[in-house]
Amino acid sequence: MAKKETPKLDFSKGWGSTFAPAPESTSHIQVKKQYDLFINGKWVKPESGKYFPSINPATEQVISSIAEANEKDVNKAVKAARDAYNKVWSKMPAKERAKYIYRIARTIQERAREFAVIETMDGGKSIRESRDIDVPLAANHFFYYAGWADKLEYAFPNRMPKPLGVAGQIIPWNFPLLMAAWKIAPALATGNTVVLKPAETTSLTALKLAEVIADCGLPEGVVNIVTGAGKTGAALVNHPDIDKIAFTGSTDVGKIIQRSIAGTSKKLTLELGGKAANIIFDDAPINQAVEGIVNGIFFNQGHVCCAGSRLFVQEGIADLVISKLKDRMETLIVGDPMDKNTDIGAINSKEQLSKINDYISIGKNEGAEFYQSSCAIPKKGFFCRPTLFLNASQSHRIVQEEIFGPVLAVQTFRTIEEVIEKANNIPYGLSAGVWTDKGSKIFNLTTKLRAGVVWANTYNKFDPTSPFGGYKESGFGREGGIHGLHSYVKF
Amino acid sequence: MSRLEIIKTYKIYIGGQFPRTESGRYYPLKNKSGKVLANICLSSRKDFRNAVVAARAAFGSWSSKSGLNRSQILYRIAEMLEGRRAQFIQEMQLQGSSVKAAEDEVNLAIDRLVYYAGWCDKYQQLFSSVNPVASSHFNFSVPEPSGVVAILAPQENSLIGLVSAIAPVIAGGNTCIVLASENYPLCAVTFAEVINSSDVPGGVVNILTGSASELIVHFASHMDVNAVVYYGSNEAQIKLIQENAVANVKRVFIHNKANSLDEKAQGPYHILDLQEIKTTWHPIENIGAAKAGY
Repeated sequence: MAKKETPKLDFSKGWGSTFAPAPESTSHIQVKKQYDLFINGKWVKPESGKYFPSINPATEQVISSIAEANEKDVNKAVKAARDAYNKVWSKMPAKERAKYIYRIARTIQERAREFAVIETMDGGKSIRESRDIDVPLAANHFFYYAGWADKLEYAFPNRMPKPLGVAGQIIPWNFPLLMAAWKIAPALATGNTVVLKPAETTSLTALKLAEVIADCGLPEGVVNIVTGAGKTGAALVNHPDIDKIAFTGSTDVGKIIQRSIAGTSKKLTLELGGKAANIIFDDAPINQAVEGIVNGIFFNQGHVCCAGSRLFVQEGIADLVISKLKDRMETLIVGDPMDKNTDIGAINSKEQLSKINDYISIGKNEGAEFYQSSCAIPKKGFFCRPTLFLNASQSHRIVQEEIFGPVLAVQTFRTIEEVIEKANNIPYGLSAGVWTDKGSKIFNLTTKLRAGVVWANTYNKFDPTSPFGGYKESGFGREGGIHGLHSYVKF
Repeated sequence: MSRLEIIKTYKIYIGGQFPRTESGRYYPLKNKSGKVLANICLSSRKDFRNAVVAARAAFGSWSSKSGLNRSQILYRIAEMLEGRRAQFIQEMQLQGSSVKAAEDEVNLAIDRLVYYAGWCDKYQQLFSSVNPVASSHFNFSVPEPSGVVAILAPQENSLIGLVSAIAPVIAGGNTCIVLASENYPLCAVTFAEVINSSDVPGGVVNILTGSASELIVHFASHMDVNAVVYYGSNEAQIKLIQENAVANVKRVFIHNKANSLDEKAQGPYHILDLQEIKTTWHPIENIGAAKAGY
């Protein structure tokens, strides 16, 4: 007798193909052919005279040329920030400071559509996410911290918080505008001035933010934006007149930064890598949990430091969860990020795509069972199908190391003790997910998981009022909420 | 004939036990006139590593004790110290303190333990928050202990520096390994005896004697230590700690020119230093007509 085949859902025909393309218009946005550095309130040509291209990872077309800042440019920016701190920003009444930050929030809201479109063009994330998540959250972050500016003494009972001075801030390419907001808003609210370096593949929205900041009339030099790659970042980190470094990025680079500022009086916060456990118990609401798994690992193409990249499913429901997950993966639309129907956009860069593909080969060689959605992907641009590795084990590199792509390593477990042990047995500690309908089990788990953010029966939620940051090698310090103020004040 | 006094052997304190250093090494502690007061353990890297194992093993149960329970145990340390104040005053005199200074220091140490005992079940509310997120979620943040903390205690005194360094760390649910003052180690070892009789589980506090310059790299580089706290102003040592801490992204806290005798040397922010903030999210079915949508 022939083996009974489980019917495979085919979404390539029928309703799957009836989705007409719904591309977001790019006609109303303004991107200059070339961007200079934003220093002391002005657009300044780089000392090196060098520019590098910023490309659209979905089309591989050049969008704009970006100035490369060298040490001299960084010097200028830090000097501008120092002067602005000494002469203007530290002397300004806090409530006036607040009003400037409110203005930034409002202007981002007014220009939200433009920001979303540029974010998607430059970074490859789906327009649905940049429109509904990145840009509104960025605006709200400014709005939230604006309100703290004249209330800081209430955040630190029995202490007198004072600003640190000049903050050097380095941000990653996965949430370019949002990370700029996470860095700049609390720094300004607490009375610091800023030199910010965006990631080299995604400078555009930070430069658009510079336009907003100029339009809002912020005093010159309060926010300076220098573009470039690692060398520019190193110049900022090593600048002697910086009081504080805030970095979001990989653990490797975080460690380099921590080492380079050893022996100096610079304060530091690090928001580094992660390898979050997303844990599904047999009493979980399974359909929601499957949505949570998908959102956990495929949100933003998996370019998320808190991505739920290790799935732990309790043995009794493993087959059911995996089969539902595979079906759900088939429905994910991978393709043109500008299309409003797209779930998974383009991988941010060619380098990142090749890193992900390397890990996929590593996973196969290690012996984990490979599964990919059968969806079509565009011929041009950098794309990766949603990917699973089943029967992964703790020692596999795809379980231990951060891939930063749409690749999920799946393990099963029997007991709570076992899953806690496995979840915590990793150098990272940024986030975790727990799915069960039993309240006491949630609190047992959330208490024992060594991670800075725990999502119970949900995943990948963010809010300006909610502190974010890691345990262990995922870094230290918090961003967001009342706790986020602590990183930018001294007593 | 006058009675011959029994002289105490000064040991180190690891995992609730009082061994001598595994290395067999010692350094003579002398008073001003050059008389040897004790042969103090010159602890080795191996002693430190053993202490880290003990501290890690103790972390799980210590960190999950209720605030009230930790509070009572810290209070118990104060009680035991109070009962043995004469011994501490005598040891401080041996190490060159005046009676008045010694009495003041012991009094302050006892009071500081009582002060931190009071914080054990209070700092959480001070540093926690329920976060008013815009989506339909219940979201709250609480402090949790960082883990195993390596402490280089102040060099300039024997007891108050040690107590000021240890109390906020264990009040917050961490476990620790402390290197005592090299030149004033007597009270540190005796304080270990106080801790040992105070219901503090073995491994929560581990006290070593020896040379900071020898052990500092190991304190900073050990991969199972979560944080380092340094009291002092030796810039080369500070840099060494900060560089070696990188291996596992340790939290580093430098207390430069800290005066433990000052009232300001205590406070809940010292507890906060060794805390991580954990934020938990959970959907709420329906808030303001907005569905959570998991």
